Amino acid sequence: MKISKETISNHGLKESEYKKIILLIGREPNLLELGIFSAMWNEHCSYKSSKKYLKNLPTKNKNVIQGPGENAGVIDVGDEDAIVFKIESHNHPSFIEPYQGAATGVGGIVRDVFTMGARPIATLNSIHFGSHKHSKTKNLLSGVVSGIGGYGNCLGIPTIGGEVKFNSSYNENILVNAMAVGLVKKNKIFYSKAQGINQPVIYVGSKTGKDGIHGASMASAEFDENAEDKKPTVQVGDPFTEKLLLEACLELMKDDSIISIQDMGAAGLTSSSVEMASKGNLGIEIDLDKIPCREKQMSPYEMMLSESQERMLLILKLGKEKKAKAIFDKWGLDFSIIGKTTDTKNLVLNFNKNQVANLPLSSLSKDAPIYDRKWKKNLVSSKVNTPKELRSLKILESLKKILMSPNNCEKSWVWDQYDQTVMGDTIRKPGGDAGVVRIHGKNKGIAVTVDSSTHYCLANPIIGGKQVVCEAWRNLISVGAKPMAVTNCLNFGNPEKDKIMGQFVETIDGISQACSYLDFPVVSGNVSFYNETNNKSISPTPTIGGVGLIKDLENLVSQNFKETNNCIMVIGKTTGHLYQSELFREILNFKEGQPPSINLFNEKNNGLGVFNLASKKLLNSIHDISSGGLILALSEMCISGKIGAKIKIPTTNIGKIEYLFGEDQSRYLIEIKDKNIKEVSKILDKSSIYYEIIGKTQKKYLDLENEFKIDIDELAKINSDWFKNYFRN
Amino acid sequence: MKISAIVTLKKDVLDPQGKVVNQTLKNMGYKNILNIRQGKYFEIEIHESDKEKCKKIAKEICEKLLSNVIIEDYTINIK
Amino acid sequence: MKSSVIVFPGSNCDRDVAVALKKYQINNQMVWHNEVKLPKSDLVVLPGGFSYGDYLRTGCIASKTRIIDDVIAHAKRGGLILGICNGFQILIETGLLPGTLLRNKKLKFISKNVHLKVTNTNNNFCSNYKKKNIIQLPIAHNEGNYFASNKIIKSLEDTESIAFKYCGEKGEISEIFNPNGSSNNIAGILNSEKNILGMMPHPERVIDPLLSGTDGSILFESLFKS
Repeated sequence: MKISKETISNHGLKESEYKKIILLIGREPNLLELGIFSAMWNEHCSYKSSKKYLKNLPTKNKNVIQGPGENAGVIDVGDEDAIVFKIESHNHPSFIEPYQGAATGVGGIVRDVFTMGARPIATLNSIHFGSHKHSKTKNLLSGVVSGIGGYGNCLGIPTIGGEVKFNSSYNENILVNAMAVGLVKKNKIFYSKAQGINQPVIYVGSKTGKDGIHGASMASAEFDENAEDKKPTVQVGDPFTEKLLLEACLELMKDDSIISIQDMGAAGLTSSSVEMASKGNLGIEIDLDKIPCREKQMSPYEMMLSESQERMLLILKLGKEKKAKAIFDKWGLDFSIIGKTTDTKNLVLNFNKNQVANLPLSSLSKDAPIYDRKWKKNLVSSKVNTPKELRSLKILESLKKILMSPNNCEKSWVWDQYDQTVMGDTIRKPGGDAGVVRIHGKNKGIAVTVDSSTHYCLANPIIGGKQVVCEAWRNLISVGAKPMAVTNCLNFGNPEKDKIMGQFVETIDGISQACSYLDFPVVSGNVSFYNETNNKSISPTPTIGGVGLIKDLENLVSQNFKETNNCIMVIGKTTGHLYQSELFREILNFKEGQPPSINLFNEKNNGLGVFNLASKKLLNSIHDISSGGLILALSEMCISGKIGAKIKIPTTNIGKIEYLFGEDQSRYLIEIKDKNIKEVSKILDKSSIYYEIIGKTQKKYLDLENEFKIDIDELAKINSDWFKNYFRN
Repeated sequence: MKISAIVTLKKDVLDPQGKVVNQTLKNMGYKNILNIRQGKYFEIEIHESDKEKCKKIAKEICEKLLSNVIIEDYTINIK
Repeated sequence: MKSSVIVFPGSNCDRDVAVALKKYQINNQMVWHNEVKLPKSDLVVLPGGFSYGDYLRTGCIASKTRIIDDVIAHAKRGGLILGICNGFQILIETGLLPGTLLRNKKLKFISKNVHLKVTNTNNNFCSNYKKKNIIQLPIAHNEGNYFASNKIIKSLEDTESIAFKYCGEKGEISEIFNPNGSSNNIAGILNSEKNILGMMPHPERVIDPLLSGTDGSILFESLFKS
């Protein structure tokens, strides 16, 4: 059957790419093979637009066991324990069907973690919606949160952190980034690289249906059913089956039956079989008659491109098949020997006793196109004036407005829909700087945070990239954790546009600089391009998932004020940078100007100083200063601790508003007992860390000298009403 | 007038509930049940006596709310 | 004391409750749902989670599994049974406890700490709550809205078969402290013989002062003592 130009384009391939295919395989592909190329060469699987720049990210240090290139990243946390983690996007499906899109996003990322032998111990998510005034936002928000809860709760994995953001740039392209963290023994990590020839290739999990097969299939003449049958179907998640799959895999992983294992995610059987075999430099032969199917008479095309969820591909040691099957039978899951590894270095597919595809694996993986896309440097705006309304702003009024805004309000409406304490090891729930889970049975903890950058990155991608890494780093230190490594989800528009590609290149540059300087390597992640509709792109949005280690849980700290009559100190110098701040954007609707700059030396020095103080148990509470500035961080410490503060702004040559609302980076607020002030000062002086005392904790009121005095309960109420009101109307 | 609406998953969409119910029935001894798919049933009472108008309203509410048109189909019957 | 924790496909809190039982020196075994007979046990625990994905009706499919016959026999012999969250739902579906558990009033999953008043401390599960009968435990459920006919509710009240009620910080029983709409703020009930307890909150998650306190420990201490 001749492949038409239309078919090629419906498969998302350019003419030049099609020509390259012919060159690589020495002939024209058949339709099935074209489908396979379209899956493996699409942006999501091949990283063709991003690979060149992702190479620049720092990915190694002495704690990294596995960097990018596997199902997830792995770091050593001592005592023979390792942490496996990754963040991934599921943006486009969530906009179409928010519940199932978000649910299957959670399913996919959890599989990436347990496929490496790790029992998942925590999940987090970063979700971004359009303006709260936009007509679609309410339903999308409601659907996504339900979907995340519906899937994650059923799996019995606690959700310990996350963020919810609203920004009109996501009006037609929401973002759902899901992160999972798992615990494994260092010597029991499983990889996806196939090894050995003639080893059995096994399919386990749910049956294969027509889920997610794209419109490309409609163009082909191979199918002659009526139109109804050809409609692409949305992927529906089945968390119950995933739970069974998780338990069955972990049970089989107790011994050494598995040589390699990979979950079937995007592009299902195609990507998993190709990746496993190519990594092992082997070939793979599959008998499609052996694929367990949910629908009758599925074609090879449908079987290879189906994105049915909750399926894994295993390569077992010869002779272990019976034992493995018994385990999967016990858990009620399909188990089928579908093929074997070969030495041909080809992907060979058989169906009905015919060979229906035969492709060199290199053409699908290492020879896939890598593009050096044209890109344009972001234009740094020339000097911008200060909005004239600034001087007439009232401090308390502005604080209240920020506290009650959707981006800064308390979000228990969201996280109360997620089980936070299942597995019995959650030490810090969502709402603080970072979530913390105990390593089961030990006195050690893992801290996890997820942070993203929207408007800072849009204004200056390099600074935005640096800043978001620094914020994750600070959030981990604020709970007393040593920052260890990072996973990143890079959400951008169309990389074929030089402005967008420029945002991507520069954001990566910023991330690289910060990760290198802070010794905070990137061990996993994903890139989501094409987040745009009708030529309107999202703001460049890098999301960073940071993981830290608390060696001794005695050193755990939190942000809530603990006692009255303690000293409140600011670590780091305040210069009052207001451009791109919540004050300017939220109150004055002023969106111009550069984000606050990052001084990596100060960032590291200040952070290590605070960490040092925490490990000496000299601090009662810590909170990093970020969006909303010092006054917002202070209010949050008061609200969460139900303890007020009496504050006097130190003598300074910047205005009060600048001091309180400026979003200068590398700063923390700490609470110290009076008796420790001397020692804390001595330690900070020794490291040349700038600090100043701004007041003391007290009962009931937040009192800013000569400005206002407000009951903490009132602040708490203002901060917690937004979601209730939003869904009431 | 009373109208009933039955909302079911589209043919190719996975039905995790139906799958488990089917397996449970097999375990309970009902070996000859081939397949079960779970759906929803709505009874709608409309203040309107014209049959065609009722059907139109029922169709509209099915599409706008009662069914998730991305993954579900619906059928309407006048009672 | 010997216990058996039944594990169903989809159970999530089996490990959590096993940890709690072990901590309070109760000898425990995990029992797969497909077994015919329980090992010799004084206490049977049906743990929380999403057995069978909560498909069809929560707890319904688990209540039809093989092991349930022997669980019912154990109950009839006067053996102790503790059903937590999904376990409570399963006990309801087996008929060992009366009433039904409906979807939360606000139709959303709720995960938060709640205050509870222990309203019956004359049973093997709650005896040690005599010294502290206003406690805090987490709930995490979608279907915790206990509902029964007026006749059954009255009978539960009259026979002192309600073990826990949602309340305020000071023990006040009022609708404003009811997280899911359950009748009379019911959070946990006993059968008439007081050997079976079904409760929505999770005591096994509150056994460690570092994490969340020890209000859950008291239940396990009561069991060990009994």
